[in-house]
Amino acid sequence: MPAHPSDVVEVAPPPTGEPPAPARRSRRTMAVLDTVIRSLVPVILALVAGGLLLWVLGYNPITFYRSIWQDGVQQGSWQDSAMVGAPLLLIAVGLIMIFRANIWNLGYDGQYLLGAVVITGLAPHLGGMPTLLFWITLFAVAMAVAAAWTIVPALLKAYYETNEIITTLMMSFIGVGLANILVKGPFQDPTVNIPQTRVIPLDRMLPTIPGTRVHVGVIIALLAAVVAWYVLSRTAFGLRLHVLGANPRAASHVGVDVKRLIINSFLVSGALIGCAAAVDILGVWGYVRANWNPAYGSTVIPFVFLARLNPLGVIPFIAFFSVLTSGGDLAAANANIPSDFLLVLVALILLFMTVIEYLGRRREMGGSYLTPGLRRGFRQPLKPRRRAAEKAGA
Amino acid sequence: MQGPLQPLAGSMADQTTAASDATPAVELVGISKAFPGVQANDDVSLTLRRGEIHCLLGENGAGKSTLMGILAGMQQPDSGTIRVAGEGVVIESPRTALELGIGTVYQHSTLVGALSVVENLLLGESRAVRLDVLGATRRLTEFSTMLGVDIDPSVRARDLALGRQQQVEIIKALWRGSRVLILDEPTSMLTPQAVAELQVVLERLKQAGLAVVFISHKLHEAVALGDRISVLRHGRLTGSIDHERVRSSTPEELEREIVRLMFGEGAGGEAEEPELHVAATGHQPAHKVPDAVVALELIGASARGEGSQPGIIDMSLKLHIGEVLGVAGVDGNGQRALAEVISGQRRLTHGEIRFLGAPIGSTNVGQRERLGLRYVTDDRLGEGIVAGLPVAINLVLKRIGRRPYWRHGRVQRERIDQDAGGLVERFDIRTPSVDARAGTLSGGNIQKLVLARELSGDAKVVVFHKPTYGLDLRTTRAVRRMIAELRDGRAALLISTDLDELLEVADRIAVLSRGRIVGVVENGPGVAEQIGRMMISDVTLGLEAA
Repeated sequence: MPAHPSDVVEVAPPPTGEPPAPARRSRRTMAVLDTVIRSLVPVILALVAGGLLLWVLGYNPITFYRSIWQDGVQQGSWQDSAMVGAPLLLIAVGLIMIFRANIWNLGYDGQYLLGAVVITGLAPHLGGMPTLLFWITLFAVAMAVAAAWTIVPALLKAYYETNEIITTLMMSFIGVGLANILVKGPFQDPTVNIPQTRVIPLDRMLPTIPGTRVHVGVIIALLAAVVAWYVLSRTAFGLRLHVLGANPRAASHVGVDVKRLIINSFLVSGALIGCAAAVDILGVWGYVRANWNPAYGSTVIPFVFLARLNPLGVIPFIAFFSVLTSGGDLAAANANIPSDFLLVLVALILLFMTVIEYLGRRREMGGSYLTPGLRRGFRQPLKPRRRAAEKAGA
Repeated sequence: MQGPLQPLAGSMADQTTAASDATPAVELVGISKAFPGVQANDDVSLTLRRGEIHCLLGENGAGKSTLMGILAGMQQPDSGTIRVAGEGVVIESPRTALELGIGTVYQHSTLVGALSVVENLLLGESRAVRLDVLGATRRLTEFSTMLGVDIDPSVRARDLALGRQQQVEIIKALWRGSRVLILDEPTSMLTPQAVAELQVVLERLKQAGLAVVFISHKLHEAVALGDRISVLRHGRLTGSIDHERVRSSTPEELEREIVRLMFGEGAGGEAEEPELHVAATGHQPAHKVPDAVVALELIGASARGEGSQPGIIDMSLKLHIGEVLGVAGVDGNGQRALAEVISGQRRLTHGEIRFLGAPIGSTNVGQRERLGLRYVTDDRLGEGIVAGLPVAINLVLKRIGRRPYWRHGRVQRERIDQDAGGLVERFDIRTPSVDARAGTLSGGNIQKLVLARELSGDAKVVVFHKPTYGLDLRTTRAVRRMIAELRDGRAALLISTDLDELLEVADRIAVLSRGRIVGVVENGPGVAEQIGRMMISDVTLGLEAA
């Protein structure tokens, strides 16, 4: 994995009156600059490489990118992008909370869909409820359901050190299947032939921010990111997560209740993913169709690592991706490029991220950005590789 | 010694004749290497000759490991040149180093525990499709004969005692025809017998014409083994004592000279005492504490060990206020289980544990820490610190979430930094700032960090587990002083594999063998033999069974 959760060090603002303040500040500036470079360079390289690819395939990359910009940002279309981004951001934050502890919750699809399906199934039965209470109930239910779906992996991890990658993935399969059964069975809308749930009436959907088409779920997502950032960087819970992630043996040595912390981090992660489901259903969709699975989690993971598990740092990446999707689909259609090309761009970002991460790590270790092989390649591009070794053997 | 050299016919025997050759095996010229905030090596030049043991001495953080890391291809120097057999080379990677005939034996074992000795040796032969186990076994036997050691080729590496493992590591380094051998702190993990065996092995390597680099911070080893001694201090080479001088000087003269080089002018008098006189003086008068308050008591305590390690079995032990109780024993006889049972990291399966009379068996690490029961772990890097977190945070790691460092759930970074500043000064932790990542500190300073965390606040009873392992003279002395200071109304349990240390510091010494206390003796003249007998009477059945 490109970024290990333990690499992330959250540093509080410098205390006042410390003598080496300027040195400390410049070190911090350098660190921030380093982070920005390491995060942005992969994106830029991916755009360039993707552009080259388009150009080779006979498309005009500039037109394509410009068209994405027009359809994703300009003339109010940023509002659609924002709504696309809301559930992504919530899931990203949910993953960050648990990745910090170096625990891999990969069961996001099951958790998300179960949360979404249960609340759409529940909504018609809450007809008499005041609207505000209706929203609060559905949010709470979605969060509880998604969190509950993490309990089995959490307990297995805490008490038997079972690999959570496997258990969460398995639970996710079961969750997705169960969600489909629910849609086709008890929650099926009897008035239509297509397997889908009943639609939540428009007046019961989340309100929009005045003056825009954007629902308030976007604000909830941004708020969650800020709160998560505060929790991770300022509270004891955040530090315990970090210690557990960076050195589990140290965690038990210093008296962290590792079992409880593992379970809590799973619950928090699941709840945030459930919250994403509630925002998405009550903000945009209003119903769930059978076999529907947006698979937000896999989309979001690269950005989670690009942002170095920083809940605020992930916002620009989510924004970038949201613009890419909401503008890109149309742009791809216009340019007659398969919309799968957007996934190629994301994959390129991942690829370059890994490379930059490796080079950055080398530099941290005191080497240069170049690997010995590369450096030799630059210096003596035409000489065969084995030469140095042969000389040594002689 | 010319006879058993056949296995190395191609590589080493040539070198034996070449030993008279004036060209040094390796020359390091003007090597400099800087890490952020530290000049690890500053214009260091070093010459390694065939048939010589070159001792590289220096305190922790003096730059020894960096210099050898450069030679082993782990790191690249910022400037300077390296010549192997007279020819300038660039050692780009550990593989290049191996191809140049430079083998390294690291302080910690790199063997794969689940594989047999022969399989471990074959690991490096990546080119072979089929493993030639028979041939390798034969070759191993030849090497064993040459080094005068006895290794069962089919035994699993993890079942070997540490001294044996190290012998396998040496053979592994020689396996691919190394002519230069770097040994990084080779004695730090070994029992006295194993050290003696290592000396024999080194002597034979020398006769076989290898150039050996012996990294250490123990000067008596350097004096005993070195044909040539170089001393590093703060990254600079402060002096080299050449072959002739080593031969012609008495050990005392040499030690004085080395101390001067290691600690600078004027340090000669004070720095030599801990190592040179410990064994002789034995110990200061024991504090007699017949009816003193019992600080910590184990009553019939048993706990599980990890893996093949023994736990503790039906152990009863009393530690009084104002006392330093030593626990002697060969490593791996239940030391860790004992320490963790007291710190709260491990549950008792049977028995009871009491702190100042009150049972604490059901309390956790945090609660015991608050009571004043502290634990200085032997595994400072593995569990003692979080390398990626700042020094200041590491100092409050056992108080996460508690006042005054956390208020209303919010971290008080200013308060943490302020107190950390105080501790850094009090415990003389050398760090660029309290914000520096703990992992960037040298071993000795990491230990001081751990000590600062455990001894600060309201420490009443402190368990030390190998507290001076791998530390340099000066830090060792400081740590032992801190332990002795706990006699002022507090108490210390000192679990150590270093008998000299126990004789120097402890009032009473309990002997641990295979999870049991086999005896407790008052410290005093002549106890060393007594303890040695107790240790060995039981141990011979177990660990050193090879």
